[in-house]
Amino acid sequence: MNLKRIGSWAIFSFAVLYFLLPLVGTIEFSLRARRGVYSFDAYRSVLEDSQFQQTLAYSVILSIATVILGVLIVAPTAFWVRLKMPRLRPVVEFITLLPLVIPPIIIVFGYIRLFNTSSILPLTGSARGTDFLLAAGYATLALPYMYRAIDTGLRAIDVRTLTEAAQSLGAGWVTVLARVILPNIAVAILSGAFLTFAIVIGEYVIAALLNRPAFGPYMVWMGSNRAYEPAALAVIAFSMTWASMGVIQFLARRTRFTKV
Amino acid sequence: MAFINLTSLGKSFGPTQVVRDFNLALGKGEFVSLLGPSGCGKTTVLRMVAGFEAPDQGDIRIEGQSVLRQRANQRQIGMVFQSYALFPNLTVAENVAFGLRVAKVASAEITPRVNEMLDMVGLAAMKARYPYQLSGGQQQRVALARAVASRPRVLLLDEPLSALDAKIRVALRTEIRAIQRQLGITTLFVTHDQEEALSMSDRIVVMNGGRAEQIGTPEEIYNRPATRFVAGFIGTLNVIEGQVGREARAFLNCAGGRLALPGTFDAVAGEKIAVAVRPQSLRPCPAEAGGLHGIVRHVEFLGAFTRLHVSCGQATLLVDCFARDLAATITVGGPISLTAATEDVLRLSA
Amino acid sequence: MSSLALHRLERSISLWLGVVPFFVFAFVFLILPTLHVVIGAFTRPDGGPTLANLSGLLSGPILSALWASLRISLWTAFLGTVAGLLVAGAVTRGGLPPALRDAVMTFSGVASNFAGVPLAFAFIATLGRLGLVTVLARDWLGINIYATGFNLTSFSGLTMAYLYFQIPLMVLIIAPALDGLRGEWREAAESLGASGAQYWRMVALPVLWPSLLGAFALLFANAFGAVATAMALTGSSLSILPIILFAQIRGDVLQDPHLGYAIAFAMIVLTGGANLIYIWLRVRAERWQK
Repeated sequence: MNLKRIGSWAIFSFAVLYFLLPLVGTIEFSLRARRGVYSFDAYRSVLEDSQFQQTLAYSVILSIATVILGVLIVAPTAFWVRLKMPRLRPVVEFITLLPLVIPPIIIVFGYIRLFNTSSILPLTGSARGTDFLLAAGYATLALPYMYRAIDTGLRAIDVRTLTEAAQSLGAGWVTVLARVILPNIAVAILSGAFLTFAIVIGEYVIAALLNRPAFGPYMVWMGSNRAYEPAALAVIAFSMTWASMGVIQFLARRTRFTKV
Repeated sequence: MAFINLTSLGKSFGPTQVVRDFNLALGKGEFVSLLGPSGCGKTTVLRMVAGFEAPDQGDIRIEGQSVLRQRANQRQIGMVFQSYALFPNLTVAENVAFGLRVAKVASAEITPRVNEMLDMVGLAAMKARYPYQLSGGQQQRVALARAVASRPRVLLLDEPLSALDAKIRVALRTEIRAIQRQLGITTLFVTHDQEEALSMSDRIVVMNGGRAEQIGTPEEIYNRPATRFVAGFIGTLNVIEGQVGREARAFLNCAGGRLALPGTFDAVAGEKIAVAVRPQSLRPCPAEAGGLHGIVRHVEFLGAFTRLHVSCGQATLLVDCFARDLAATITVGGPISLTAATEDVLRLSA
Repeated sequence: MSSLALHRLERSISLWLGVVPFFVFAFVFLILPTLHVVIGAFTRPDGGPTLANLSGLLSGPILSALWASLRISLWTAFLGTVAGLLVAGAVTRGGLPPALRDAVMTFSGVASNFAGVPLAFAFIATLGRLGLVTVLARDWLGINIYATGFNLTSFSGLTMAYLYFQIPLMVLIIAPALDGLRGEWREAAESLGASGAQYWRMVALPVLWPSLLGAFALLFANAFGAVATAMALTGSSLSILPIILFAQIRGDVLQDPHLGYAIAFAMIVLTGGANLIYIWLRVRAERWQK
């Protein structure tokens, strides 16, 4: 074994240590709720907590709403740009990259100032309005990922030919989108959806500043009021994120084999 | 004494033996090509000379000294790669100067040398450009200039023209040969293109399955192939099987008739052998003259000449003629008789 | 209007109709809020233009928060760049089994998104006063890390937590760049007499440089804008710029709403500038990888 390989193994081992320890530590800590013995007490306490159930449900529903909103906004646009207005592509792509550049805290700051009760669109005046605003904010955050996922999906199918075939058979635009395009990029949309889900579930800043009962603020509250439950929460949150990523990988692999 | 001596080289990758018992001696200033199909081991031999692979058996000597202990950067070789391998972060001039800078040559000496090299390949105007701004042919010329700038004692070229367009390939190979002659560097050139090998080399090594099948001048390789493989690999070939005539050893009896054999042919009467005849050596002749009789199946107009596909017994023979030599009586489906000069009939040993 | 011109107008309207929802959405929920904040940084409460808000940035607590943010962002960007480069190098060209590379890339893809509340909890559980590592260090090695002045809720603790998503991000960015270092360059350099070190110094590092610098810029922007991890880890106690902004938005702790705009503007300039640098350097790097 030469020097380079020894060095590589050393670096890799340190990396594994650094990245695995916090995960192990979290799991271990979450099992320590009962004095002296390992138990799942912290998990039980969390899962039975009505606040946990309510905020998680809220965030899940919100992520679904966000995904729907995102798909409705992005899919037609990506489709249109690819088919009819390729010159707009750089502009659209630039806009979809903005949420990665502008910190979310700034965006929500703008929301609060812009949509307060004394403006044209007093969204923050009501709970439902704020919920919508939150979904819009999340859709904005997820915009880069959604657009990239859908655009990649469109590139994989031959959009132009499929559309022309459908049109020659008499389909209008809505039919083309709903019956022809969407089903064929369903896998790409699902990938974007799971990524959005992962983002929404853990998000804190926007939900906190808009004062909505989402999962993120709940976790922070638990963090400052409980000892062992936060670790259990972290394990649950990590598992959900990992599961989402796993589904995305699985979907990605499936398209490779089922693509025509 | 030879300038470069490769003795009994052998190399395996895992269970596969890629080079076996390879021997070659190069004289100073000689241009030798390693020619063969993919996987025949020619690139491996080159890389062993360069020092990027270590041979399992055998020895490599340059100017009498074994170089096996030396690393690639100590062997004073120049190498040109198929993918040019120009350093993208350096300009053309800086690329060419690289070897000199590594050798810590004084700056005052580097500049004139770089200019001389770039003039030699005709790219002095591109001095300050970056590789991504050059075409493939230009990049390869820079690569050549870079390889010879520090006056290496050996020049190694690994299929340098394979990635280029046909026209540029032809132009560049003349240039490479001219530069090599001018500098007098001993050169080893790997290619799978027989036209390149034939037109550029002092000698050719035809390789197959890790072995050297034949080493000789282009003329020898083409006109006197030693094995069936070499004969088949270089140019197109008709293989005719038959039996040496019992009564008169001067003829080979085969399916379509008979073929006159050269007087020096080494065969026993009645022996079953195979001979090779190049398409351009077969000529139509009157039916009464004997020879091979067959039916014309297909006529291919190939510009400079016309190729006839003649079925003769079980085999199909290819016959190349200049268009104006063809009689008007040659029609598809019609009969034809063929003959060949005896010295063009080649015995196939393997 | 002639019927042909009307028809043309109809067609161009219907052409643009497809993308209108997107542009309206992006304008209302992305561009307008950002513009509002940026303009607000330059306006007085009564509506007139001013630079006073920006100068307010240079006062005591805000300036030290800005400085703290810069420090942690630069520091984690630097450490993340170095560590990420080492890990990516080990796994792409260090002679390790190829399966490890896939595993590391997959993990990095997930871990780079780990920033936030759960990450903070994980570090509290590991390096907090009762954390696993703290306890193990005390029981097995007899070392009390808190006695050495280390505190998870301090600058160094936050750095360690930030590196958890900075290093994977670096690995993701630099692995393709490392792959782009063609083997023939090394062989060509060797055939020209260069040693391994000379090759790295004269060819490989210069080629990698734009990617390295660009990654550093991206990591900087990433750390600068991070809020949730810091808040979950330290409460609102650690004064970095985003936390000050958070508190200001929540409760106007600075007694001057437009100061909030100024802080936001400073954040946009810094993260936006860093991102621009990243994009510019990436374009340059890709040009060489042709």
